[in-house]
Amino acid sequence: MDSRSSELAVGPTREDALPASAATAVKIVVVGGFGVGKTTLVGSVSEIRPLTTEETMTEVSVGVDDVRGVEQKNATTVAMDFGRISINEELVLYLFGTPGQQRFWFLWTGLFEGALGAVVLVDTRRLEASFDVIGRLEDGGVPFIVAVNAFPDAPAHPLDQVRAALDLSPTVPIVECDARSRASSRDTLLALMRYLYSLSIQSAAPMAASAATE
Amino acid sequence: MTPSPINDASNSWEQGGPERLYVITGGRGASGRRADLDLVTLVVARAAARPEMQPEHASILRMCHYPLSMAEISAYLKLPFSVVAILVSDLLAESTVEVRATVRTAGIPDPELLKAVMYGLQKL
Ligand SMILES: Nc1nc2c(ncn2[C@@H]2O[C@H](COP(=O)(O)OP(=O)(O)O)[C@@H](O)[C@H]2O)c(=O)[nH]1
Ligand SMILES: [Mg+2]
Repeated sequence: MDSRSSELAVGPTREDALPASAATAVKIVVVGGFGVGKTTLVGSVSEIRPLTTEETMTEVSVGVDDVRGVEQKNATTVAMDFGRISINEELVLYLFGTPGQQRFWFLWTGLFEGALGAVVLVDTRRLEASFDVIGRLEDGGVPFIVAVNAFPDAPAHPLDQVRAALDLSPTVPIVECDARSRASSRDTLLALMRYLYSLSIQSAAPMAASAATE
Repeated sequence: MTPSPINDASNSWEQGGPERLYVITGGRGASGRRADLDLVTLVVARAAARPEMQPEHASILRMCHYPLSMAEISAYLKLPFSVVAILVSDLLAESTVEVRATVRTAGIPDPELLKAVMYGLQKL
């Protein structure tokens, strides 16, 4: 069987292999609706050509018409693109572009639970598509920032206006992003990291305070 | 062998359909799978592939000569993550691979880890 024997030689090229010293991997999830630029953003910063992992749903669900990640050949398969950035010799960062519908998030064990945080990628032509995602992340306690992917035919919205429309908490950063640009995509990830860092300092502070009073 | 008259069935086998996945995992469900395997768990081979091995097990050992994430294994094998998790669990049970623990951030991640990631991103 051809497809079976051809699988035997698969794997990364030497160039795409991680160093033997790679010991720790972390991940960031890029979440948003279809066509919002998730794969583009991942590809802009990834050191490998974006790859696809898939998961099979155990039951055929009705109303899959809004599920663009589902491949034609098998309506029960959901795909997720991802990329990789080697941070240093030991630490690797993975970026996963995930469909916005929460019922898919559970297909991949620990997708959000183990993540550093998330970038909610938003298209101002379809803001309402992001309401649900943002609500779910808030409920799940997943730290996130919002990145507005500026499409040329989209009406220009000042970020404050988008923040208000999304009813974002004032502490959640919102940034503009061109997912096609490596620098812009990197800056978006850095905005998330800075936000996470500020949260980590805050969460460490009460402990330090209580230790000081002891 | 006559070609299968049931095109849909053979297509489903080729494309990673349910029948093929059932065969690859020996019909096991989540029971054959270790719970601590995450998309970014790094897998490293500790032994060479043996000729009598199931082809998918052998492929994993070969591609994990250097560390490789579960997600990458899934992508290269074109198999669902849950199937790869079962296959890697098999290899863990016979100690032919080792896994490098995922950082499980209970809530907010460690500031030092975040700093390292920021530093790495700034170099992009
Ligand atoms: N103008 C513009 N187009 C973009 C941007 N990001 C993505 N696109 C385009 O939008 C389309 C959908 O992007 P894609 O990354 O596949 O979206 P996904 O479904 O979220 O993964 C592609 O044709 C991209 O080239 C952007 O920032 N600006
Ligand atoms: Mg995509």
